Amino acid sequence: MLRTRNNNTGRAGKKQSAFKEVFRRLRKNKSAMVGLCVILLFLLVAIFAGVIAPYEKVINQNVKERLLAPCSAHPFGTDDFGRDMFTRVIYGTRISLFIGVLVAGASLLVGGFFGALCSYYGGIVDGVIMRFMDMLTSLPSILLSMCVVAALGASMQNLLIALAISQIPVFTRMVRSSMLTVVDMEYIEAAKACGTHDGRIMFKHILPNAMGPVIVQTTRTISQTILSAAGLSYIGLGVQPPTPEWGAMLSSGREYMYNKPWLMIFPGIALVITSLSFELLGDGLRDALDPRLKD
Amino acid sequence: MFRYVIKRILLLIPIMIGVSFIVFTILNIVPGDPARVILGESATADEVAQLNHELGYDQPFVTRYVNFLKGVITKFDFGTSYRTRDSVLEDILTRIPISFKLASFSILLAICIGIPLGIFSAVKQYSLFDNIARFIGIFMASVPPFWLGMMLIYFFALILHILPSSGVSSLKHYILPSLALAIPYASAIMRFTRSSMLETIRQEYIKTAEAKGIPESRVILNHALRNAALPIITIIGTSFGGLLGGAVVTESVFSLPGLGTLLVTGIRMKDIPVVMGATVFYAFMFGCIMLIVDLLYAFADARIKAKYSK
Amino acid sequence: MSENLIRIKDLRVSYKTDFETVRAVNGISFDLNKGEVIGLVGETGAGKTTTALSIMRLLPFRTGRIDSGSIEFKGIDMLKVPDSEMRKSYRGEKIGMIFQDPMTALNPVIPVGDQIAEAITHHNKEKLNKAQVESRVEAMLELVGIPAFRKADYPHQFSGGMKQRVVIAIALACEPDLLIADEPTTALDVTIQAQVLAMITELRKKLGMSMILITHDLGIVAQVCDKVAVMYAGELVEQGTLEDIFTGDKHHPYTIGLFGSIPKLNEETDRLETIDGMMPDPTCLPEGCKFSPRCKHCMEICKQSPPVEFIDGKHRIACHLYAAHESN
Repeated sequence: MLRTRNNNTGRAGKKQSAFKEVFRRLRKNKSAMVGLCVILLFLLVAIFAGVIAPYEKVINQNVKERLLAPCSAHPFGTDDFGRDMFTRVIYGTRISLFIGVLVAGASLLVGGFFGALCSYYGGIVDGVIMRFMDMLTSLPSILLSMCVVAALGASMQNLLIALAISQIPVFTRMVRSSMLTVVDMEYIEAAKACGTHDGRIMFKHILPNAMGPVIVQTTRTISQTILSAAGLSYIGLGVQPPTPEWGAMLSSGREYMYNKPWLMIFPGIALVITSLSFELLGDGLRDALDPRLKD
Repeated sequence: MFRYVIKRILLLIPIMIGVSFIVFTILNIVPGDPARVILGESATADEVAQLNHELGYDQPFVTRYVNFLKGVITKFDFGTSYRTRDSVLEDILTRIPISFKLASFSILLAICIGIPLGIFSAVKQYSLFDNIARFIGIFMASVPPFWLGMMLIYFFALILHILPSSGVSSLKHYILPSLALAIPYASAIMRFTRSSMLETIRQEYIKTAEAKGIPESRVILNHALRNAALPIITIIGTSFGGLLGGAVVTESVFSLPGLGTLLVTGIRMKDIPVVMGATVFYAFMFGCIMLIVDLLYAFADARIKAKYSK
Repeated sequence: MSENLIRIKDLRVSYKTDFETVRAVNGISFDLNKGEVIGLVGETGAGKTTTALSIMRLLPFRTGRIDSGSIEFKGIDMLKVPDSEMRKSYRGEKIGMIFQDPMTALNPVIPVGDQIAEAITHHNKEKLNKAQVESRVEAMLELVGIPAFRKADYPHQFSGGMKQRVVIAIALACEPDLLIADEPTTALDVTIQAQVLAMITELRKKLGMSMILITHDLGIVAQVCDKVAVMYAGELVEQGTLEDIFTGDKHHPYTIGLFGSIPKLNEETDRLETIDGMMPDPTCLPEGCKFSPRCKHCMEICKQSPPVEFIDGKHRIACHLYAAHESN
């Protein structure tokens, strides 16, 4: 009976301290911090990939060094064109993070815009947009992406468009529903009763309080997008070789699976670690943003 | 209840029309030249125009969509492949059993692994088992099925030689692809079962049940799980969409001649009718699963059942 | 002298989380004879429910812990009974419990009849067969005033008062020796409260049960109880027979405060008297007497050492005020 005392204080707490509070709670979550550190490390690697090795090394073929096993000169071995796998995996970080962040960001913006429209205007606008989103989601997201790729052709740019389109409905729904929940809260009523004008209510009260689930969904989307992009590239519908994308690398390593397993092990591990880090961070954020889940 | 079932089945029709319209629109965004694809680069402009006219591709977009829909509804005709000139429907029907087997084995496997682990993890919250299960759960959710498939082939087919790496000639051939596809979804189901169970275990009626002095297993299975089941059913349904998508890629890892490989080849060859047909079939499968989920939902919760039986 | 049923001695219970330790029950002792009713009175958060859950051994298993003390039920130390034994022959069988909120106390996806039957089949002393269990369920429903044909209905089809009747039927299904009623009427409408209370009293007499009634309503206590124990911040500040508490001349200042907050019919007042201040934070309780920060009669000694009990027959008051009188 006594323990339930603190349960309802989280959401409505002071706005300025809210961010600090979330970060404080996040910092206590070890696995989320590991995820965050790995993400930061990979970001650094992605940004400074050019310093570690020149891009030519990733693309230019070197037949003399074909399919070398991992050694001191090539820690991850070399591929069927004699390219150093280590540098290719490093540059892959750049591509995967780029795709993940860009797609999540774009679908957040577009989806968020539609979601805000729906929740703000309601009625027919809401009905039309949501029915359209329903139709988009009655197809599994990766299949939707495949259709877009089928129409536009396989390339990096089209892959980005395809993945973003498949994620827009997710964000529309999410932003719409979390805004609707907040709009009904009593403190919004209270703000209205105090004569606060609409714009201030929207940006000062509704948005910050509706942010929680959206932030969590964004990190999830990054991780899922990275996996989807790799999957599409693996079946040849995404980034095309010789661009060092992990999925495309796995695809070309496939035929050497038996004798040269490093061709599929290293890009795969990089893929899993990246996705896992975002997953861990997302989980940690969810717990940190929702005090009720704290036990 | 019967009326609800009928209503829910009828609802599938507008969904399918909507999906087919969206897919049709997407696939026709870029003005294509199907006859050029069919006839190849050597054909003359006249021949191309002639064929386009024959196939009706010179007609406006809406007319073509209506024609397509008419064909599907009246004759079950999904058109013919540009490449092979085969009936798309026949192509699909020969491949469906393979994809269906893969999908159902995977989902069964995922449920059989995910739900018991999730329950156990929740009941023994913060125990060593729970911590390990939670870590493996979150780890497996980040492993793409196609890479897991490659690793499974490497260990079980190439190194240990105990399971076949490709083909569909026996049930044994389905073990590795089903595992590859099931494990990531099992982990999603496990995590969800766990959190859903944790929430239910804290409810007052669990205390009432405990106060009755019935065995713990009964408290957990009969009281907690029955209430936690609704969100679990939902997640199984929605993750089925992801499973179908994953199946497309997994089929090509294991060279299974299913609907997924048909779709992928279709996309590569710009064979629009094949892509169209395969996608609509996928949407249909997904729609059917969501239908089953909704019905299960109504059966599992008396409150929902009551709402619809009036 | 009637036979003793339950004896609680110096019971201490705390809830531990990563951040804090909540000392919910701090050394309470009382006993209850067969057929008697004790009322456990106090504000929200005084530790009443925790005491009840300790008897059932149903404290939240990871956080709640019984630190010391003993609970003797029919001469058996309940804290040493293994968990499986607890389930098999105490919970539901010898001790039944009614929960505070009937809205959440019933499982929403199981018909009420099955929820009652469950208790009967799992403590099947009389080796009833299926049909007999069913007729027993029907009898129980009739007993609490619900037509038997409604046994197949789900909880959402019942009103609040009816749900509480079902909860009572579950608690009484095996005719326990002790019934713990945790604010059985708080969540109900005032008109229903009286009905439910009258029914509990009647059934209790019919079945010859003892009862621990947890409430903060002194009116209910006056109607139903033989003994009263007043709880404050995890301690019993005063206990005694109904007469001791309601008519005696010596009282703990907290008890006086509690009575002061009931409107009196024979006096004209505009305002009810209240007790100033709030319950102390159970994570850091004050030294000495826990009530001292809010007490009108607070003395220097109250802030320093915990009070010694003043004992007069069955009447016990834990207050320096009377201990001081004694020594004089």
